[in-house]
Amino acid sequence: MKPTDIAAPDYFHKVVDCQWACPAHTPVPEYIRLIAQGRYSDAYMINWKSNVFPGILGRTCDRPCEPACRRGRVEETPVAICRLKRVAADFKDDIRQRLPRPAPKNGKRVALVGGGPASLTVARDLAPLGYHCTVFDADPEAGGMMRTQIPKFRLPNSVIDEETGYILGLGVDFKGGHRIDSMKALLAEKYDAIFVGSGAPRGRELDIPGRKEAAGNIHIGIEWLANVSFGHVDKIGKRVIVLGGGNTAMDCCRTARRLGGEKVTVIVRSGFEEMKASPWEKEDAIHEDIPILNYMVPVAFKQVAGKLIGVTFQHVKAEYDAKGRRNLVPSGDPDQTIPCDDVLVAVGQENAFPWIEQDCGIEFDKWHMPKVDPKTFASTNPKVFFGGDAAFGPKNIIWAVAHGHDAALSIHKMLSGEDISERPLPEVQISSQKMGIHEWSYDNDISVDKRYKVPHRDKIVALKDIRAEVELGYDVKLALGEAHRCLNCDVQTVFSTSLCIECDACVDICPMDCITFTANGEESDLRQRLKAPSLHPDQDLYVSGDLKTGRVMVKDEDVCLHCGLCAERCPTGAWDMQKYLIEMTHAGSTCPTKSRSAA
Amino acid sequence: MTYIAKPKFHHPGLKKNELGYTHRDYEGKISTLCAGCGHDSITASIIEACYELSIEPHRVAKISGIGCSSKTPDYFLGNSHGFNSVHGRMPSVLTGANLANRDLIYLGVSGDGDSASIGFGQFAHSIRRGVNMTYIVENNGVYGLTKGQFSATADRGSKSKKGVTNTDNPIDLVAIALQLGATFVARSFSGDKSQLVPLIAAAIGHKGASFIDVISPCIAFNNHAGSTKSFDYVREHNDAVNRLDVLVGRDPIAVDYAPGTVQVVEQHDGSRIALRKIDADYDPHDRLGAMTFLQKHAAKGQIVTGLLYVDPDAEDMHEHLNTVEAPLNSLEADSLCPGSAVLDKFNASLR
Repeated sequence: MKPTDIAAPDYFHKVVDCQWACPAHTPVPEYIRLIAQGRYSDAYMINWKSNVFPGILGRTCDRPCEPACRRGRVEETPVAICRLKRVAADFKDDIRQRLPRPAPKNGKRVALVGGGPASLTVARDLAPLGYHCTVFDADPEAGGMMRTQIPKFRLPNSVIDEETGYILGLGVDFKGGHRIDSMKALLAEKYDAIFVGSGAPRGRELDIPGRKEAAGNIHIGIEWLANVSFGHVDKIGKRVIVLGGGNTAMDCCRTARRLGGEKVTVIVRSGFEEMKASPWEKEDAIHEDIPILNYMVPVAFKQVAGKLIGVTFQHVKAEYDAKGRRNLVPSGDPDQTIPCDDVLVAVGQENAFPWIEQDCGIEFDKWHMPKVDPKTFASTNPKVFFGGDAAFGPKNIIWAVAHGHDAALSIHKMLSGEDISERPLPEVQISSQKMGIHEWSYDNDISVDKRYKVPHRDKIVALKDIRAEVELGYDVKLALGEAHRCLNCDVQTVFSTSLCIECDACVDICPMDCITFTANGEESDLRQRLKAPSLHPDQDLYVSGDLKTGRVMVKDEDVCLHCGLCAERCPTGAWDMQKYLIEMTHAGSTCPTKSRSAA
Repeated sequence: MTYIAKPKFHHPGLKKNELGYTHRDYEGKISTLCAGCGHDSITASIIEACYELSIEPHRVAKISGIGCSSKTPDYFLGNSHGFNSVHGRMPSVLTGANLANRDLIYLGVSGDGDSASIGFGQFAHSIRRGVNMTYIVENNGVYGLTKGQFSATADRGSKSKKGVTNTDNPIDLVAIALQLGATFVARSFSGDKSQLVPLIAAAIGHKGASFIDVISPCIAFNNHAGSTKSFDYVREHNDAVNRLDVLVGRDPIAVDYAPGTVQVVEQHDGSRIALRKIDADYDPHDRLGAMTFLQKHAAKGQIVTGLLYVDPDAEDMHEHLNTVEAPLNSLEADSLCPGSAVLDKFNASLR
């Protein structure tokens, strides 16, 4: 293998698994260290810059960072990154003085369709640069699906108000209760750019016999949640069936439990394990006495004179064909009818753009989705950009934020007369953490604590009040314990070939047997000859140049604890622990030139 | 030294030995020696050898004297018996312990100061008595704890860190061990674990006095250009006569060696050593030949490493002395004090 090019920004970025997995590339270890130091406001601002909604995401994020967390490969469970984010939001001081000031307007006008996370991120990035941003939303308040679809017992309004307020306070014009129903009309208003962040607002139908007749007791999940959120709905039947296995289904069933549903059952077509809902959301539902039945396909709504009496299901089993694809085939068991008073249908969401006319210059593909460039988020109309669920279908908040940042950068570049396809490199800083012979400016003593549980409100109390937040969040002590579990993966092991005398001290001390000195070879061959087996080929090997004996140093990045013992036991300083901070380029940040600044 | 303890986590794919232990289970406390010390590599090699042999830690007694090397038993086999004796007295303490309980595996760990200077006599007598032990000298040629004076194994003409030339003749502990009748004699280098680990494993399996001289560079005081015990010098002048694999159990010997290049040595404990010859003329069963070979190569400035001599049929001290087989602490009152009838019989035999 060739010596690893650690100057390439991606190399060390990949080692910080959580940050690499985060769509917005939030510098996770950096803010967790600040939490451990009690610097909650600083931790909050790092998050605010990167993911815009720390308090909201700290409660609701789909947390792609956690399955990626190195800790999950070292012991059973990853660091509770998401809930630590909430800690920063919960314990911060008043941070309003740290926010950008509303800037003098630069004369450019940007229209944002939809007041959800994607649009608000665009506004957050553009308003401080002087753009006049106008956000349109059919609902009276900003937040989009964060406000309408996520139940209040998971995300209180106060948090939404606070964090959307920070953005609107930057001089953003919010036009609530103003539905955009014609793109043509909007284009005619001569905005310099238009951003569509209108989400995936339509719940998928379940068109099976009895649907029309029993319509009065069959509700589309996201619409029903929105009605609950706005107070239009405040009760439901005693026996409720929720169809679907995603996070919306979990929100539906838990909401139903709080509105009078005594016997609430979630029923999914596929297996329990394959459900789209996050594991922790399934756990929370089960904890609230909601059984989840699987491998049952709804075939008919049973009704008597327009009154729903139950749902009939066919039992299925999973079979795999030669290509490994799964098919659900009837298991042969007789169909089963489960009695109920109400059904909530949460079997998916769809995009809908009836308001975009054919002749707007915006092309759609065969799935009726706009053709959007995945890097610039531009549509085929150069002035119109898409982001969030509106761009590529339903994902989650953190993706919408990432899209928003990229779209804002495109809009800024376009309106500055630059080529939007040229994306600036991220800004990278790397600096030694050595403070003394055995002292580092980070806590390298590895905690062996297991993941700390987030305290929950007592179930009986929680089920009585739909607005009572279930999760209470970590207190300071629990947060400190959990923060110590972070392995500081951004403090990188940096190796200097010329300084190494091949004394083996690093090999001997490494608790994870990450380091091997051996003859060079192809990657597949080297992976066979490591001191400990290579378990994850997607994790890089860090290879040095040729050493004096002709061998090379090979480090498997996979389970490195970043404890720094290799550097402590190195007599020549060939190993050093260097903090690597990568910040994605947002609109208006000084764009670094192509010359790289790493190492 | 390092302030933090070595993290308890280990690689999730770490292999386990027959006892279900990983090599991490054979570690001791974190080393307090200077960063990069060759002794730490020897520590790691002892850990590896004990792991590979699936030795139960409680069956090992590690005994040492004074010096950097003699601190190392704290860094391996944290669940074994240990005795840190006074300077140079490790061989006597070990001999005594062995006399009292021959069931344990005895690891004597010493340095060039401990064994070639203050404890030279102790070293000599434990070897000539054939104590069943593995005697490891971590040999760096300097007194590291007192800041780098030449030790008795420093080569004549080699230079100290400050540039002073050594005018005294060196003691070659391997030559002395051969001359005193050690039945397993080897030399190795801390920077070559692939040679050192099987040597330690083979020495543990040998019944009799096993002696291994391990050249172990002192990073702080003896790893400079004029040194003959630096990483660079040893790598350049290392003349390995053989490499070996230790085979435990009934596994067939790998057949991918060229015919005639592998010599199998059966050991008392049932293990076998497969010796891959590098120097075709070298015979590790010829004590006299080994001594001559060693002298010749030393004169040329070469450092001969490998398994230099082994007598697979060696006897140990207990056989010479006809001592009781059971450990003394297991002897009950009736065997310790068999009664007046036995005493009378014994006295009669002396009349």
